[in-house]
Amino acid sequence: MSTASVAAAPITAAAFKSAYKPIWCPGCGDYSVLSSITKAFAMLDLRPENVAVVSGIGCSSRIPAYTTCYGFHGVHGRALAAGTGLKVARPDLTVLVAGGDGDGYSIGGNHFLHACRRNVDLTYIVMDNHVYGMTKGQPSPTTEPDWESKLSPGGTGLRTFHPLVVALASGANFIARTFAGDPNGTAQIIADAIRTPGFSFVEILSPCVTLRPEQRGWKEQAHPASVATTSDPAKAARYLMTDDGFNIGVLYKGNRKPYQPPMGKGTKRVADLEAEFSI
Amino acid sequence: MHDKVKAQGGRGVSIALAGSGGAGVMTAGNMLLKAAAQAGWYGLMVRTSGPQIRGGEAAALLRISAEPVECLDDRFDLVIAIDWQNIHRFADELPLDAGSLMVGDPDQGNPPEVLTQRGTRLAQVPIKKMAKAIPGSWPNMIMLGIAAALVGLPLDAVKSVVEAAYGKKKKELLTPNLAAVEAGFASAQTLPAVPQLAAVEPTQTPRWLLTGNQAAGYGALRGGVRFVAGYPITPATEVLEWLSPALTKVGGTLLQAEDELASINMIIGASFGGVPSLTVTAGPGLALMAEALGLAVAAEVPVVVLDVMRGGPSTGIPAKSEQSDVSIALFGLHGDAPHLVIAPNSIADCLGATQWAVHLAEAMQSPAIVLSDQFFGQTQAVVDRPADMHFIGERAKASAPTEAYKRYALTESGVSPMSIPGTPGGAYTADGLTHNERGVPSSQAADHLAQLDKRERKLLRHDYGDYWAEIDGQGEIAVITFGSCTGPVRDALARAAADGIKVRLVSMRLLAPAQPERLSEALRGVKKVLVVEQNHSGQFHRYLRADFDLPGEVRSLRHPGPLPIHAEEIYRKITEWSLM
Ligand SMILES: Cc1ncc(C[n+]2csc(CCOP(=O)(O)OP(=O)(O)O)c2C)c(N)n1
Ligand code: SF4
Repeated sequence: MSTASVAAAPITAAAFKSAYKPIWCPGCGDYSVLSSITKAFAMLDLRPENVAVVSGIGCSSRIPAYTTCYGFHGVHGRALAAGTGLKVARPDLTVLVAGGDGDGYSIGGNHFLHACRRNVDLTYIVMDNHVYGMTKGQPSPTTEPDWESKLSPGGTGLRTFHPLVVALASGANFIARTFAGDPNGTAQIIADAIRTPGFSFVEILSPCVTLRPEQRGWKEQAHPASVATTSDPAKAARYLMTDDGFNIGVLYKGNRKPYQPPMGKGTKRVADLEAEFSI
Repeated sequence: MHDKVKAQGGRGVSIALAGSGGAGVMTAGNMLLKAAAQAGWYGLMVRTSGPQIRGGEAAALLRISAEPVECLDDRFDLVIAIDWQNIHRFADELPLDAGSLMVGDPDQGNPPEVLTQRGTRLAQVPIKKMAKAIPGSWPNMIMLGIAAALVGLPLDAVKSVVEAAYGKKKKELLTPNLAAVEAGFASAQTLPAVPQLAAVEPTQTPRWLLTGNQAAGYGALRGGVRFVAGYPITPATEVLEWLSPALTKVGGTLLQAEDELASINMIIGASFGGVPSLTVTAGPGLALMAEALGLAVAAEVPVVVLDVMRGGPSTGIPAKSEQSDVSIALFGLHGDAPHLVIAPNSIADCLGATQWAVHLAEAMQSPAIVLSDQFFGQTQAVVDRPADMHFIGERAKASAPTEAYKRYALTESGVSPMSIPGTPGGAYTADGLTHNERGVPSSQAADHLAQLDKRERKLLRHDYGDYWAEIDGQGEIAVITFGSCTGPVRDALARAAADGIKVRLVSMRLLAPAQPERLSEALRGVKKVLVVEQNHSGQFHRYLRADFDLPGEVRSLRHPGPLPIHAEEIYRKITEWSLM
């Protein structure tokens, strides 16, 4: 056999796992998410150097350095902005943006809306544990109104944020929910999200066993969605509005054209632009 | 016309064209400047208006001269008004004296007292009636003709600009408006004289007509910027508007971000991807970007932030100039965060300084803030074609990284080759957490110190060359300034020189990192230092006092916007002081 015809050996999930030991607590849902991400990259036969994992700040946002990809661990709440700039400037890369519910829905909420709207071809996963993990237990936008903490004795009394509905209303092209306790199912959905052009949003229920030990019970609550994936936003809206928060699956997949302004296709030299100023 | 008066030397002639919004005074001003430029004069035009977005009173403020001009003069030779409505709102921007001439339309009433109190002469021309008499023509074209005739601009030069504007697309407008220009020109023959432009030869060297905002945008492209993200804000928006189509032409792109937090993080992301990147904003936006600039310092991602300064704090005076973002640009970041701060010293230099900023940011993998301002940004000027300084952004890249690759290696220069996504074997995580040489987060004292040292070292060891400042002249008095105060300082020094007073000029282009040795060298033999800046608290003066050694006696000349620092104020201060 000539060397030219030798197919490269399929890449394994292990090739995407770095040697660094995560700082996460034992049992944290984020370990499974890391596994799912690396599995998805392997399923898609990506190469680590062509993938960028971009995050903000939080326990979950530590994920980039635990992969062998190019990582970007930025500031709290701005991962989507950094990921958007990167993808638009370097459309050849696969960009995965990852973070927590505080990072994405609270401090970064505005970027979430506009990333959905803009529909740049990248995948955004939120490891939602309904709590601020890194800062040791304050309520996030997805925290139940009656959950008590030092900062919110008696609970916040606030209605929870519904990220999937917001994503749909804002124009995300792919909307899914997964449960970290099912790493294979999560990997399949992440791979689907990356493969689908445009802005793909994957909300992953990822328990914080330290601050919300009751979330160990999520494995009993999570269940497959009772409906098939739809491309009809009205249907998806009706379903999501009555959602119990534990429906797992790809809940909406549209076919909006991704946003990618031309880059690198210039026809003029910089010096050609001078003419406009000449008297 | 009465006896002709010659314009004083390089001061040229200063003209204000005023009228209520929609009267077309900006169009008339643009045409006057263009005609002067094509006939061989230099000049500039400032647009000014009251606080309303549209409508209200507006004025085009021009200075035209046989020699290059970099600021408005202290006074106006000529004000022509189509009407006087609300002009009092910015009367303090129209200094007049007994030598000035006001031309008004008798049917529009009299000029307000603030304009007449200094004994300024008033001449009347029925501008609107004259335009009405030529169906299809506009009063601003009558005004254009009057202005050209009074200052000695050839009628043909003006007519050819009018022809270029209307000749192609709007032929039906051409004939009446040419007639209006001619009528205005003829009507001026009986008016009192104002100083006339000094004669010029047609230009031999290429000249440009542009604003500082356009110059900065073009400088960014020359420096290699190919990704821009920005959020609209006065007076910076035109940079984005100019760059948007320009980037597409040269193979780059621009994103309108949802806010400045997004803009800065988008460009950091793009630059992490290897593409030289820039954002454009004004003070309020710069404040929003402060956190992420710290990330760019720590993660060593080069980016350029162009801040077109305006009156502050808060919304302040959005459409008027002020140099009051010096402190936030220098000191507004959290932690120990050395970075570059660069200030253009003229409208043309908005090009060179922005280009240099891109070059420096890329060379040192550091954020750079460029401090332009509303005066530079929105003033249109006739300038000699700026030479290409060949400052190209070139980043040290890790071409074939191995297992042992250290993104934040402790090199002697402090600059560590950067691996760009897509490069096999070079993957690392760019991090705002304190990290070791490999980029792995660390909270150890030694790693923290080593990386802080390295980031400081790379800025301090760089050779900035002579471009760090414009240094001119000799003498025991020196004026230190930066940015748009440089123009009035130069004018003041020319006046002082005419009196036989020698004064040295140091206009700093590189504000940070501080170059105290270079400044001391530039000030050798100086006994008196005057620091000139346009803000209330003397931000630049304080910085110089803290981080540089200033010789002899030091004084501060400053006031906030919206009024520019006039050459006359500086000149008076210098002459008083030189007598002591
Ligand atoms: C500007 C800023 N404000 C506040 C913080 C503190 N902070 C760090 S992480 C975090 C919340 C993290 O919660 P989440 O995003 O849900 O991630 P988790 O830790 O639960 O994975 C906060 C408030 C910060 N780093 N930066
Ligand atoms: S605090 Fe919670 S989210 Fe953070 S690592 Fe521990 S278990 Fe995971």
